[in-house]
Amino acid sequence: MLKQLSVFLENKTGRLTAVTEILAEYNINIRALSLADTSDFGILRLIVNEPKKAYEILKKDGFTVRITDVIGVEMPDRPGGLNGVLQVMKSEGINIEYLYAFLGTNGRGAVVIFRVENMEKAMEILQEKGIQVLSPAEL
Amino acid sequence: MYWNEKYECIPREELEELQLQRLKETVERCYFNVPHYRKVMQELQLEPEDIQSLDDLKKLPFTTKQDLRDNYPYGMFAVPLSEVVRIHSSSGTTGKPTVVGYTRGDITTWSELMARSLVCGGAGRDDVIHNAYGYGLFTGGLGVHYGAERLGASVIPISGGNTKRQIMIMKDYGSTILTCTPSYALYIAEVINELGMKPEDLKLKVGIFGAEPWSENMRKEIEEKLGISAIDIYGLSEIIGPGVAVECQDKSGLHIWEDHFLPEIIDPETGETLPPGEEGELVITSLTKEALPVLRYRTRDIARLITEPCPCGRTAYKVTRIGGRTDDMLIIRGVNVFPSQIEHVLLETGYAEPHYQLIVDRKGTMDTLTVMVEVSENVFSDEVRKLEQLEYTIKNELETTLGISVGVKLVEPKTIARSEGKAKRVIDNRKA
Repeated sequence: MLKQLSVFLENKTGRLTAVTEILAEYNINIRALSLADTSDFGILRLIVNEPKKAYEILKKDGFTVRITDVIGVEMPDRPGGLNGVLQVMKSEGINIEYLYAFLGTNGRGAVVIFRVENMEKAMEILQEKGIQVLSPAEL
Repeated sequence: MYWNEKYECIPREELEELQLQRLKETVERCYFNVPHYRKVMQELQLEPEDIQSLDDLKKLPFTTKQDLRDNYPYGMFAVPLSEVVRIHSSSGTTGKPTVVGYTRGDITTWSELMARSLVCGGAGRDDVIHNAYGYGLFTGGLGVHYGAERLGASVIPISGGNTKRQIMIMKDYGSTILTCTPSYALYIAEVINELGMKPEDLKLKVGIFGAEPWSENMRKEIEEKLGISAIDIYGLSEIIGPGVAVECQDKSGLHIWEDHFLPEIIDPETGETLPPGEEGELVITSLTKEALPVLRYRTRDIARLITEPCPCGRTAYKVTRIGGRTDDMLIIRGVNVFPSQIEHVLLETGYAEPHYQLIVDRKGTMDTLTVMVEVSENVFSDEVRKLEQLEYTIKNELETTLGISVGVKLVEPKTIARSEGKAKRVIDNRKA
C-alpha cells in the first residue's frame, strides 16, 4: 500500500501555495496530487517521496494533516486500461471512495490511486487477479 | 411628567433612610424564610442585626444565577406557593432554567414600576401601547402589559410575530407607543418600507426597547427609520423583569428605581465594591420583593453608576447603558448563548480540545451566529463526505442545544487568533 498525505485547506487564496512552498523548501517531491473541494474547504491529497517527513513538517507548520493508506495500480496507458481495473473492482463489490490518476514516468503505464472501503480485501483481490499493485519503492 | 413624583423625586437622604429600612426587612425575610440564605449567612457568621447601615450591604453574600439553579425550581422562594400568583422562567439554555415567582404584592410593585418606566419614557394614559414583547414565560410581555394597564393607557397585547399584521394594526388602531426588542423595531421599520409605507403613516411617537443590548448607532437608526424617540429600558427576571431601570427624556443613562432596588457596582474579579463612576458589574439587591427576594444579585452586566443629579428631576441614580457582560453570554435574537455551550457540543462531537470562535453579525435586522471550528487531526478525514457530515452534525447539535439557527464553518488550525495563548472566543460585529 502507498502512504497518502491529506491536508485540510480552507477554500481561499494562497492556501495551496502555503503547502507547496513548505514542501519545496524541504526538498520533498510531489508525485501525484488531487484536490477535493466544497464551497468552504478543500482536502489536498498528495503522494510524495517522503510521506513521514512531509507529515512532520506540515504538522509542525500548523496544518491538519493525516496519513492514509491508498492503493496505487499501474495499468496500460491505452484505451480500456482503467476500465479493465474498474471492472474487476465492480465484479468483486469493492466500493471506491475516491480515485485520481497520473501518468507514470520511466516508460511506465498510467498510475491510478484508489481509496476504497475495505483496503485489505481490495489488495488481496487485485493481486489475485494479477493486477499490478505498486509498492512505495516502485513509485 | 412623573408617575409617582413622591418617590421618583424623593430627596436622597429620605431615600437612603427608606432603603436601609427596606434592606433590613429584606435581609430578615431572606434569613428566616430561605434556607439557602440562612446557610450562607451562618457560614459568614452574619445575622440580620449586623446590617445597621447601607454600608453594611458589603457584608452580605452575593447571589448568582447558579444559586437559583441549585435551588430549582422553588428553593429560593421566601413564601409558600399558596402566596405565589405568577411564575415566570428563563429559557434555561445553559442547564436548568431559573424560575421566578411573584406574590400579589410583587405584581403590584412590578406594575407600579413599569407604569413609572413607561411615563419616564414618554407614555401617558392617552397613549395606545403596542406591546410586541413576547407574552409567556418571558417577563417582557406581561411585565409591560400590567404596567400599561396600571398607567391607564390602552394596551394592545399583540406579542411577537406576523409583522405585516402588526403594522396594519398599528396603522388602523393608531398605536402611539411601541414596546419590543430593538432588533424587532428595526425589522418592523424595514417591513414598513417594503410595504411602501412611510413612518408618517403611523402615529408612533415613542419606542421603549429592551431585553437586548443595543448601541447608540442603533438608536439613531431606529429613530430615523420609525420617526420616533427611542428609549432604553432594562430589567431581568431574577430581579423582577422589565422596569428595573429606564431612560428619561434626557437619555443620559437609565434611572434605576432605587426605592425598590439597591444598586452596586463591583469589581467582578475581586467582588470589591467600586466607587461611584467606575465601571464594573452591576449588582442589585431587591428591597421590596416578597416571593423571591435577592441579596446582591450578580447581573453579569457591565455598567457605571451615574450619581450626578439629572435634569429630569428624578433623584434615583442612573446606570449607563449596558456595555457588556462579565461572563461571555451573548444575546442573539433574544436567546442567551454562552460559548461554553458551544464547547460542550464540540466535545461531544469528538473534539479533544476544540478551538472555535463565534461570529455574531447583524444581517439586515437579523442577528446571525456563525461558529468557526478548527479542524483538528482527530476529527479530520480525507473524505469530503465525512467532513461535511461532521459540519452537519455540529450544526444540528448546536441548533438543538441553543434553539436558534447556527452557521458552521470548518477552518484550518491557527486561523483563530490566539492572544497570550488564549483564543478570542467571540467576535460581535453588532456593536459597530
